[in-house]
Amino acid sequence: MPQRIPVVEKILSANDRLAVENQSRFNAANVFAINVMASPGAGKTSLIEQTVRGLQGRLRIGMINGDIATSFDADRAQAAGATAIQINTGGDCHLDAVMVQSALTQLDLASFDLVIIENVGNLVCPADFKLGTHKSVLVASIPEGDDKPYKYPGMYRGVNAVVINKIDLLPYVPFRMDFFKQGIEVLNPGVAQFELSCRTGEGLPGWLAWLEGQVKEFKQA
Amino acid sequence: MHELAVTESLLEIAVRHAQENNARRISALYLVIGQWSSILDDSVQFYWDIISDGTIAKGATLHFRRVPVTLSCLDCGQEYQPTSVELVCPKCGSTRVKVKTGEEFQLEAIDVDE
Ligand SMILES: Nc1nc2c(ncn2[C@@H]2O[C@H](COP(=O)(O)OP(=O)(O)OP(=O)(O)O)[C@@H](O)[C@H]2O)c(=O)[nH]1
Ligand SMILES: [Mg+2]
Ligand SMILES: [Zn+2]
Repeated sequence: MPQRIPVVEKILSANDRLAVENQSRFNAANVFAINVMASPGAGKTSLIEQTVRGLQGRLRIGMINGDIATSFDADRAQAAGATAIQINTGGDCHLDAVMVQSALTQLDLASFDLVIIENVGNLVCPADFKLGTHKSVLVASIPEGDDKPYKYPGMYRGVNAVVINKIDLLPYVPFRMDFFKQGIEVLNPGVAQFELSCRTGEGLPGWLAWLEGQVKEFKQA
Repeated sequence: MHELAVTESLLEIAVRHAQENNARRISALYLVIGQWSSILDDSVQFYWDIISDGTIAKGATLHFRRVPVTLSCLDCGQEYQPTSVELVCPKCGSTRVKVKTGEEFQLEAIDVDE
């Protein structure tokens, strides 16, 4: 006789459990970790480079880069002054907790204040796979268009900060900032937002101050 | 594509629950997928047929229940389904809304043979 058994378990529960373990490792080493997500080319690596330069001498930063095939981005972060390691996802569209777990064995966590993880460029999948970071950041950019919160709501729902990059292009690209921000406000009320340009440096101080404040708060807790 | 990872996770959960109930065989899985959660396409069934082979879930049927997004306005109480160009409350224009349904991503139940 067939019988129905209720399960009610999140489909990615195994990943969630591993993410919790990763977070314990960050905590044990007293390191704050963030997960930087965005579509391809939004400026994740540029933001990380600017962050590493901007916080030089203030925070010791490690970087984990997830990329489908190359190590260009890790090399860029390294050149900016971070200790960077590369995870090649071998075609996967996102990082997951297992990949981060193995990356952590290659990093001397105790030598950092902050670990920045650059996720694979993708606006759909990375949101579902928790990594164990303390906060997650979405980088949006002006040329992508102002409709992205409406098209990729899942990505905007869970993040702790939204960086709106490439504002130097506002004079050249149609972009209704009000419409964009209204979408964010519905999906994620009160989320921290930073309008900036990694190219000109405009707006970067606000982002750097927020991030440094988050690290300080974590370390004092 | 993350359907493979999702399928592996599904198998692990289903088999664990079946074993806890001393079941010999799993014949069906019932998935609940909200419109705002991960996109899962038919390749899940394809991967399922491969990775469930040789397990107690071999040949089990996957049933998908897709749940549309429903928002509820915190100011006027209106319930509505957002469009791809409008998220605010259509009745009063409020941005203060709650997501009622559409974020599910669960294995709800399995059918087993004792
Ligand atoms: N105009 C302008 N260009 C920018 C800005 N920030 C980054 N870019 C350019 O955008 C392109 C992509 O930047 P990346 O930092 O590589 O973007 P990414 O998100 O890391 O890209 P992937 O890792 O390949 O997904 C590069 O050509 C950058 O020079 C900005 O603020 N303004
Ligand atoms: Mg990059
Ligand atoms: Zn209303």
